[in-house]
Amino acid sequence: MDFLRPACWSEALEAKANHPDATPVAGGTDVMVELNFDHRRPETLLDLTRIEQLREWSRTERAGVASVRIGAGVPYSRLIDELGTSLPGLAMAARTVGSPQIRNRGTLGGNLASASPAGDGHPPLLASNAEIELESVRGSRTIPIEEFFTGVKRSAMASDELVAAVHVPVSTGPQQFSKIGTRNAMVIAVCTFAVALWPERSGVGTGLGSAAPTPRSAPEAEEFLAAALTEADQWDDPRPLPDSITERFGELVAQAAAPIDDVRGTAGYRTHALHVLARRTLSWAWDEYRGGTEFSGRQRCA
Amino acid sequence: MRLNLNVNGRAMTADDVWEGESLLYVLRERLGLPGSKNACEQGECGSCTVYLDRVPVCACLVAAGQAQDREVGTVEGLADEEELAPVQRAFVDEGAVQCGFCTPGLLVAADDLINRVPEPSDAEIREALAGNLCRCTGYEKIMAAVRTAAERNAGTGISGSTGGDRE
Ligand SMILES: Cc1cc2nc3c(=O)[nH]c(=O)nc-3n(C[C@H](O)[C@H](O)[C@H](O)COP(=O)(O)OP(=O)(O)OC[C@H]3O[C@@H](n4cnc5c(N)ncnc54)[C@H](O)[C@@H]3O)c2cc1C
Ligand code: FES
Ligand code: FES
Repeated sequence: MDFLRPACWSEALEAKANHPDATPVAGGTDVMVELNFDHRRPETLLDLTRIEQLREWSRTERAGVASVRIGAGVPYSRLIDELGTSLPGLAMAARTVGSPQIRNRGTLGGNLASASPAGDGHPPLLASNAEIELESVRGSRTIPIEEFFTGVKRSAMASDELVAAVHVPVSTGPQQFSKIGTRNAMVIAVCTFAVALWPERSGVGTGLGSAAPTPRSAPEAEEFLAAALTEADQWDDPRPLPDSITERFGELVAQAAAPIDDVRGTAGYRTHALHVLARRTLSWAWDEYRGGTEFSGRQRCA
Repeated sequence: MRLNLNVNGRAMTADDVWEGESLLYVLRERLGLPGSKNACEQGECGSCTVYLDRVPVCACLVAAGQAQDREVGTVEGLADEEELAPVQRAFVDEGAVQCGFCTPGLLVAADDLINRVPEPSDAEIREALAGNLCRCTGYEKIMAAVRTAAERNAGTGISGSTGGDRE
């Protein structure tokens, strides 16, 4: 086995181009389990932890939208400590990952590249319409997260590409994330749900995890809720949501799922649980919105 | 491959390291430091917890080559020559050790907590130790030991910073 240790990003891209079969290793929390159990014997390991650039995040603007560009190698613990205010949904999801030791090592880039349907980073990124920046020696491209996941543990990343960064719009309204599992720590999700309200554009975002072969959003639920809120003038003058709305939102979220039976839960349980999670997270987010915190982009009369 | 790293303040070299092995294997089998324990090799139990550049991680999930030129701290490095570290003293005093298999990892995780958070709440202690399993004690004495260690550590006035939202 070869162990490649590029010192900078361009070297890493060269290495990946020359060894398309090389397995990148960032936090190692997925890769090392496979190595330890002989489930994977790559010819080449490509260590990404020496590339400073991957461990940085910065504020950017994409098409006029204030965003954060998160380097693929930023660990969960730093997403929680440093980005909890700008990206609350992602930070909430990060808090549910593994344990402190896992959060200190595991990265968003690794979560994406593994492309597990149960990856906890994915639902909040979907709810925020994040974009994934991929790069190779051929150049850089940025694709919407919806197009990144192509199948169970499969992604749109080419064999010579690496995940460079994730671009996530800064929150403009409440965001929530909820995860079902047998305990608080160290749990692969039975299912997860993320919701984000975007008052400045009267929009709603959603993300479902462990609910289908790939992480996905629930576009019909998003459109239904956004339209219902607009119609009742709820964005500018938020009042309690009628049960009919939260109920329908839950139904549409559950309908967007295509879950399976596995050791962690049945498809029937997952569908039911998603319905409940969707209603519950929406009511938390709505309470927060009604709580009158000034969310940017929308001046509200008291 | 040859691996150079700093362990517990000392420069160390391991030879003939297989590229796919873990830092835990290097520590235990090549550097004569069997304090960090190997139980699950999949990040679930925390018995292999060590500091890597001062951050607690599962040594079983660090590729050996990733530790090149890094600073590793193991349970063997917690005590100074004469005295046990506050967490070690407290684990002994409170009877928080039964078979002892989980202890080295818990000590590193607890040491990190009390140096980051001067007066940890029970919820903070539970959260900090959520990645460390113990099959013997039922955790109550471990909780008591960490509370005691935190109190004593605060008494010395040498606790670290609390971090917080650094945005
Ligand atoms: C005990 C335990 C608990 C866990 N709990 C959770 C949990 O609660 N929720 C959850 O979602 N996950 C969990 N995981 C899985 C894992 O921690 C996450 O998927 C994590 O985000 C992986 O990141 P990493 O940096 O460790 O990836 P690595 O293991 O280093 O890499 C993962 C994959 O991504 C590739 N890769 C890494 N970085 C890049 C890059 N920049 N470009 C291209 N490819 C790349 C690697 O080749 C590999 O295929 C857990 C794992 C363990 C061991
Ligand atoms: S041996 Fe590393 S976490 Fe169990
Ligand atoms: S004392 Fe035996 S596992 Fe903790």
